[in-house]
Parts: sequence; C-alpha cells; structure tokens
Amino acid sequence: MWTLIQVELYKIFRRPRTYIAFIAVAGLIGVIQFGLKLDGDAYVGFMMRDITSSLTVEGKILNGYQVCYIVLQILLIHVPLLIALVAADMISGEANMGTLRIMLTKPMSRTHFLLAKFLAAVVYTLLLLVWLAILALFLNMLLFGVDDLFLLKSQYVVLLKKDDIFWRYAWAFGFAALSMTTVASLGFLFSQFAENSIGPIVATMSVIIFFTILSTLNIPIFNKVKPFLFTTHMIGWKEFFDIKVNDANESIKGSIQNPQKIITSAIVLFLHIIGFVTASVLVFRKKDVLS
Amino acid sequence: MGTIVKVSGLTKSFKHNTAVNDLSFSVNEGDVYGFLGQNGAGKSTTIRMLVTLIAPTAGEIEIFGMPLNKNRIEILRQIGAVIEKPDVYKYLSAFENLSLFARLSGVSLPDAKLMDQLDKVGLAHRAKDTVKTFSQGMKQRLGIAIALVHDPRLIILDEPTNGLDPQGIADIRNLILHLSRDLQKTVIVSSHLLNEIEQVASRVLIIDKGKKIVEGNALDLFDPAQTIVELQTFDNQYALEQLEISSWAQHLQPQRDSAILIKIDRLQIPQLHRDLVDMDIQLLSIQPRHSLEDYFLQVTSANQHVDTYSS
Repeated sequence: MWTLIQVELYKIFRRPRTYIAFIAVAGLIGVIQFGLKLDGDAYVGFMMRDITSSLTVEGKILNGYQVCYIVLQILLIHVPLLIALVAADMISGEANMGTLRIMLTKPMSRTHFLLAKFLAAVVYTLLLLVWLAILALFLNMLLFGVDDLFLLKSQYVVLLKKDDIFWRYAWAFGFAALSMTTVASLGFLFSQFAENSIGPIVATMSVIIFFTILSTLNIPIFNKVKPFLFTTHMIGWKEFFDIKVNDANESIKGSIQNPQKIITSAIVLFLHIIGFVTASVLVFRKKDVLS
Repeated sequence: MGTIVKVSGLTKSFKHNTAVNDLSFSVNEGDVYGFLGQNGAGKSTTIRMLVTLIAPTAGEIEIFGMPLNKNRIEILRQIGAVIEKPDVYKYLSAFENLSLFARLSGVSLPDAKLMDQLDKVGLAHRAKDTVKTFSQGMKQRLGIAIALVHDPRLIILDEPTNGLDPQGIADIRNLILHLSRDLQKTVIVSSHLLNEIEQVASRVLIIDKGKKIVEGNALDLFDPAQTIVELQTFDNQYALEQLEISSWAQHLQPQRDSAILIKIDRLQIPQLHRDLVDMDIQLLSIQPRHSLEDYFLQVTSANQHVDTYSS
C-alpha cells in the first residue's frame, strides 16, 4: 500500500497540470496583496463606512491577519475547482491515457489501488492548503505586520486580540482541509464514471455550485435539506473567528461562540467523505476496464 | 507439460451483445498459444478477462492451477501483459516508466538491470526521453519491456505487432520465439495477422463471434496438403492453357488477382517447378500462400466477407 501511495504521489507531482493550482493560488493572492498594499486604506475606509461615526478603532486594521481573512473568504470558494482538477482526473485521466489497463494488470488489490489514489489526492489537497497558508497567512503577516483582527458580521462586530488569532487560523486551515477533502472525494467518485477528465471536473463543480445556491437561498422549503448538504458546512471555518462575550459584553479570550456548530459541520463533512469514498470503492471493484 | 491456463464455459455479456460465449480452452506450459479471430471476435475481451480487467458473466478461469477470482494477486504476480496499445505515462521517461512498473510488479531492480531491460528492446539510447516523443513502435517495445520486467511465467500479448513497421514485427516475432525456446516461457499471443501467428504459435485457438471455432496444434491445423501455391508468369494465359492439359489440371483453383493458384502438397512444389520449366512457362514467381489464412477463411465468417468482395 505504501509503495502504491508513493507511486501515485510521484505521478501527481511529475505532471505539469498539478502545478497549475499552485501557480493560480500564488497569482490570485499576489493580486490581492498588490491591490491592498497599494490601495488598502481606501478598501478599509469602504469596509468601515457605516460604523466610523459610532466606533473608533485604533491600531492597524489592514494587518496580515485581516488580509488573510479577506483572502480566505475569496479563495475558499474557488479552491474547489483547483482541487477538482486533480481529484476528478485520478481515475478518468488514467482511463483516458490507457494506463488504467496496464496498472490493473499489476499484482495489487483494486481497493488498495483506489485508496492509494484517494490518499494521494488528499495529500495534494493538503499541500495546496499549506501553500495557501504560507502565502495567505505567513507572507501577509510579513508584508502587513500583525495586529488585532476586526471582523464585521451582519449584526455585530468581532474584535480579536492579536495574541488570540493565530491558533484560530491553524484550526480554520484544518477545517478547510476537511472541506476540500470532501470536494476531492466527490471529484474522485465522479472520476469512476468517465474516460476523460472534463466530465468529472464539470460534474463536481456543478454539484458544488448547485448545492451552494441551495445552501444560501433563504426559501423555507430548502431549509429542510440544507443541514444535509456538504456545502452548508464547508464555510464552517468562519466559526473559529466568532468569540464568546461575558455579561459585560467583553470578549472571552480563547473562546469560540458556537463550538458545537463546528463539530456538527466536521461530522457531516467527514460522513460525506466516507460515503463518497465507499461508493468509489464499490463502483471501482466491479468496474470493467474497457478503455 | 502441465496445463497453465484452463478456461471453462467463459461468457461475457454486455448490455446489447454477448462478446464471448461459452468459451473453453487450455494452454500448456511452454506453449506459444496463438489466439486468432477477426476484429470484434472476442479476443481482447477474453484476454481482458484473463488479466481481470473485465469480470466474466459466467465461467471459470484457472491459471497456474488456481481459480483466478480467488487468487488474483498471486496469479497476476506471475503474469506479464501488454493489452492492446501499450499506453504508459507520457510525461515520464522510458526509464521512469519501467522503474515505476517494476515496483508495482513487486520487484526492486537496480538501475543497471533496468537499463539492461531497455537495451533488450532497443530503447537504451532513449531511456531518458519522455515517452510523448516516442513512436508507436517504441511504445510497443517499452510495453513489452514492462511486461517482462518481473520475469513472469506467463506472458500475454494482445495484438503486439499493432503499429509496428516490418522490422518491428520481425523483432516481436523473434522475441516471442526467444521467450518460448530459450526461456521456456508460456506465451499467449492474440492477433488478427495470421501470418504472424503461423510463424510462432505451437497451438492455436480460432474464435469467431465470441465462440470457439477450433483449437489444436498448429501443425495439425496447417495441413501441408492444403497449401495453395501462387504462380506469376510472363504470360499467364499461356501458362494456364498448358496447365489445363497437364497432370496439374485437377489441382488448379479459381484464379484471383491475375495469379494462378494451385492447391498441392508443399512437398510437390519442386516437381511443379520442374514441370513448369519443361512446359516452357516463363516463371516470374512461385510462392506458397499462408495455409493458416486459407484455413481461417474456411472456418470463420471472414469467408463470407471474402465471397462478398469477390462476387
């Protein structure tokens, strides 16, 4: 099994296509950083326009933590496409190249082969998130410095002290890994049914877009299905940046407003991963390789 | 020689057709087993079932005395296969592909040994080049190197000469003979190129529309008495007139493609040659046609197509 995982990772990272996602992430973050570095004050002014009359904020609002939050809000919607590029290609791409034929004549169990491929896709997903973390968090901390994080919610504002933020990002990236692994497992499942990568990639993105629309629509009839859609739970990382307050309305350092919500979301995502991977194994074990 | 592959009642049905229908055959150790059939006869489907790419609808496959469905990994460890086009990873070099598949086949070979394998198929000088720069023939040879890298007992080659030039075809033929005669390997080779099978196979299976037509020793099937000799002369009309009044008249076959065809025992060819000279027939060429081809046309529905085109 270890040999299989090594071989799959070797194959992934020898393909030029793999690096598109890393370049795209770097490019997108670079553009955001460039814009905020040059015209960040105007952006902050626009963000704070409704509350400046009632609230005075001291310190540097546009700091590395703030920029990282902005980047994550924008990018974590688009990263699934980059994940799907590789995950949805894992089996269909091999079928398209004709290499699935030669691979499956080698002495290994189909289940091991499939799990090794899935684990390799997960490693790719995690590395992409690590890359995202390096560029969005660490590089921004370096470029913009660190200070308190000021977040505008729909009904209230959250102010997190600078020494109470880093661990939240660590957990947020961990949660994002779970969300993106769910996307990878969905792409992986679709990958079983096609002999070219385009179909599974489009199918994966279509499902994510469709479910995201359902998750955000505020129509009562859809509210019953929302808790079961993985897209509803993919934005759970934001919960790490909501803090509890005491009776004096002072924030409690190190607290999370609704930890149960995070746990529930994590469980739902995890169950989706298990479901998608199990379905992939069941389909693949019975698959006739005709490519 | 023991039986190495035993197939009984093998059937594969897809949604709208039955590709393989109640097929039974056996391959003995050391055989070069020729698997013949037209395109679409069910050869590739059968071979894919032998290497577990396709699950049979019914029937049993035993390889090395073990049921394939229960001992898949153990059996595949001793099989090397090239199934149709030998597609490998185009973005990797020949050496990297060979090394990767060697690992997957369960062997860890030093670089020198891998280079030696590439040298055997004439690819050592291109070892570091990515496969996307290779011709079809080079990919075919790399596919064969991959199939042989773990020194398998049974080698399965599905249409191994596809896309090869005449030299490549001759190389594959020599390789099959070398594997069989010198290394005592068992080889199953499928092809629709009858000439190729005739030159290498010790036993032959002919299938048509998914069903077995005949199985047996190649020498028994290719009856020398059935040899058709093709004559090209300076003046075919004159030659034909002379032959019709000679003792060879009873052996004359309907003329095809301006050649004169005579059905005789292969051993009678020297006598025929002498008589042609005596009859003052100026001979341009005399060559036996492939007996397997004629046999194949007789026993399969390919015959119907030939008749259609001839009429």
